[in-house]
Amino acid sequence: MKSLKRINYSHYINYVVIAVFTMVFSAISLAGGRLDSSLLFLFEKMAISIILAVSLSVVVGFLGELSLGHAGFMCVGAYMGGKLSVVLEPVLGNAVPNLLISLVAGGIVAAICGFIIGMPALRLRGDYLAIVTLAFGEIVRSIFLNSSDETFGGTLGLDTPRFDKKYLFIFAFLMVLLTLLIVQNFIRSKHGRAVTAIRDNEIAARACGINVTKYKLLAFIISAFFAGIAGVLYSFSNYTVQSASFDYNYSIEILVMVVLGGMGNINGAIVSATLITFLNTKLATVLTGDLAVLQNLIYALILIVIVIYNNAPALKSFRDTHNISLFIKKLVRSKHDPASIKDDAAKWDVVPTKIEMNEILSIDMKPQNLGSDKPSKGGDK
Amino acid sequence: MELLVSTIVNGLSIGSIYAMIALGYTMVYGIAKMLNFAHGDVIMVGAYAIYVFLAYVNPLFAILLAVVFCLLLGVTIEKVAYRPLRGASPLAVLITAIGVSYLLQSLAQIVFGSASKMVMVYDFGAIKLFGVTLQVSTLVTLAVAVVVMIALTLFVKLTRTGRAMIAVSEDKGAAQLMGINVNKIITITFAIGSSLAALAGLFYLLKAPSVSSTLGAMPGIKAFTAAVIGGIGSIPGAMLGGLLLGFVECIATKITVIAPYTDAIEFSILIVILLVRPTGFLGKKRREKV
Amino acid sequence: MSEFILETQNLGISFGGLKAAQDVNIRIKRNQIYGLIGPNGAGKTTIFNMLTGVYKPTTGKIFLDGERIDGFAQDKINHMGIARTFQNIRLFNNMSVVRNVMVGLHNLPEYKCTVWESFFRLPGHFRAEKKMRERAKELLRIFGLEEERNNLACNLPYGKQRKLEIARALATNPKLLLLDEPAAGMNPHETEDLVKTIHFIRDNFDMTILLIEHDMKFVASLCDEITVLNFGTVLAEGDTKTALRDPEVIRAYIGG
Repeated sequence: MKSLKRINYSHYINYVVIAVFTMVFSAISLAGGRLDSSLLFLFEKMAISIILAVSLSVVVGFLGELSLGHAGFMCVGAYMGGKLSVVLEPVLGNAVPNLLISLVAGGIVAAICGFIIGMPALRLRGDYLAIVTLAFGEIVRSIFLNSSDETFGGTLGLDTPRFDKKYLFIFAFLMVLLTLLIVQNFIRSKHGRAVTAIRDNEIAARACGINVTKYKLLAFIISAFFAGIAGVLYSFSNYTVQSASFDYNYSIEILVMVVLGGMGNINGAIVSATLITFLNTKLATVLTGDLAVLQNLIYALILIVIVIYNNAPALKSFRDTHNISLFIKKLVRSKHDPASIKDDAAKWDVVPTKIEMNEILSIDMKPQNLGSDKPSKGGDK
Repeated sequence: MELLVSTIVNGLSIGSIYAMIALGYTMVYGIAKMLNFAHGDVIMVGAYAIYVFLAYVNPLFAILLAVVFCLLLGVTIEKVAYRPLRGASPLAVLITAIGVSYLLQSLAQIVFGSASKMVMVYDFGAIKLFGVTLQVSTLVTLAVAVVVMIALTLFVKLTRTGRAMIAVSEDKGAAQLMGINVNKIITITFAIGSSLAALAGLFYLLKAPSVSSTLGAMPGIKAFTAAVIGGIGSIPGAMLGGLLLGFVECIATKITVIAPYTDAIEFSILIVILLVRPTGFLGKKRREKV
Repeated sequence: MSEFILETQNLGISFGGLKAAQDVNIRIKRNQIYGLIGPNGAGKTTIFNMLTGVYKPTTGKIFLDGERIDGFAQDKINHMGIARTFQNIRLFNNMSVVRNVMVGLHNLPEYKCTVWESFFRLPGHFRAEKKMRERAKELLRIFGLEEERNNLACNLPYGKQRKLEIARALATNPKLLLLDEPAAGMNPHETEDLVKTIHFIRDNFDMTILLIEHDMKFVASLCDEITVLNFGTVLAEGDTKTALRDPEVIRAYIGG
């Protein structure tokens, strides 16, 4: 049981932080303490963003496929879960059982959509797949937008039952914990390893007997399931579902969270989702009218600068000497030896994403590992 | 008969606009191997540029200036945002392109406000053809688009630069070894693509004389769809995909029952075609070397 | 059990009009080290790709241990018992060395663990992970990579990357191991080391090995039998020494 004893507790920091946060505020809320309704709304939004960012990073960060239709899965979940809660309201009222059933149902329907959209993922990749997911998002939106008033409310949107705000945010954070639990457990299991293997080198993964079909679909299904749950939460949080909210821009916003957090870095995704949601809300009160656009401008600039900084080949040596993880390591150097990785499990979350598209698209092939920075002859003796 | 003629003419006209935009996508993809998500927004910039220049000069000159402006914009975007990422993962380049798209949209909104602006470029009026009333602007669009596409095809086939473009799209490394300046070719490609986008902006103004910061978003996505349907990287493919999409759109909007679902139908066609032919109609199947 | 671990009958493939390989008949006996040689573009890697399911052969049949496998998917063929390495090394570069090997162990029944077990970290997950890690370490020890097990695969020197790729292929527990130019880019010392390693694998893993190689000395010192290819067809086959002396073979290599 040697390896069992060496559980790396740093993996569980995010659970602990969020769990403590949830407990503190639930205690305040349930003990009758007065929490500002705008604060509760902010909490709900943060929870939704975290779920979305973490679930998207399964596909983008770990499978290495670009999805531009995450809001589409969310949309399906929001409408299906929302509608179910409306149907259940006469029976169950706007109480917890209704909330839970709707959440699960919304997630499952979205997961089915994830399965369907994962199918093209088996034959397509990279840019082609990105456009298919984008198309999926638009199709979903268009279908709900043109639905009749009785089914999904059409352009007017669908009104959902008013769950008590006092406990809605608690459930939102419980869902965050559930998402983290399942996503991180999955990623750190042999199945998650298979998914990352596909990302790193699909051909080699196949040659190792990995069932690429199964794992690509699985990644899409998991990702869509939690996006669906986030959608249901969204519908309850806003008391209504409008198909217009789930447009392509929303998908991009989620993608920005994942990218800023560092692709394949779940804690990064959590932090950036929280931060962006917070800034969105705060900036919306500061920047009004035409100034509101400044916010988008800033995001666009940040996105461009960060991606270029993180990926430009010319900046590699600069990056190696100036980066946040190095900075953090310097800060905590006192106890740990920074040079050695204690257990390779510690490396799970910080693998850089690399998609071998160049290789797939170009006819000419360069041997990958014969780069000039490596000794090609006898370097290991 | 009337319906048929107007559907054909309108379909061709919308289709040729899509084809022009799709050409920009497809050429850049073929040569720089990247998906220039900001391409659609260059259309919007083109339309705004025409709006600005119209205040000072006559329409023809304004259009010319707008084309030059977009050309410079395209080249600048490539230099500043995409060139540093040459050799980085395609996902990084794609996300940067999305960032540039956002940047252009929000800049336009800051400069021109969020309300849309009326732009009357030129009123061509309408004529009767085979007993059908048609907007002359539609015919002008069609004519200009056809001329441009023929010119482009000839340029790529016959000129030295055009052949260099084909060489770069086939094999960047080998082209470089043959003495082709790859960076220059990529710059030229962006210049051509952005000029075409500016013209597409003009056509949209002729169709409906107003411009807002999101003018290019949907046409951009649709034209990209068209490029993918035709087989991205292939110039005739972009034209074919554009025309196909134009006809589908034209027919779908004419049928009341499915009219609201026009976008959904177009995107569904994309998904179905990609499932059947993963590289589009005329896309080259690249065998993965193991 | 058939006499031959691998047998191809009239194997052929054409891309468009180009016949990359035709009428290739290879018979490999159990525990043999078999060489596939030929000038550049002779179709050696193409044959590997057909054997492992990357390409579907246009004509002919492939039998692994008497069972027909042509047309199967790559992962299925791997399950049935063929593992390979690649000419241009294909490791999971962003994973640690030990994880690379653990991916190879993924499908073996003794490390089974359902998706649900890993979602909720049930005991099955820990059991499988522990056993896989132990086994991976064992394999790495054999190849002298144990010390580097926690390094990223891309940070290994070239020779060790090749070894890791072989270790990963062995992890899938194959009956037949295909090595695509294992000595490419190695210095004489490393090549010598590789010869020993390949013998070791054959003897200790009860393995049959099919390899592609350019280095004639290497082939002559290692292979029991060879097939020489040129322009997609078999030029000569059989016992290594005899086949290499075949005038056709000499002509193909030296020209004239």
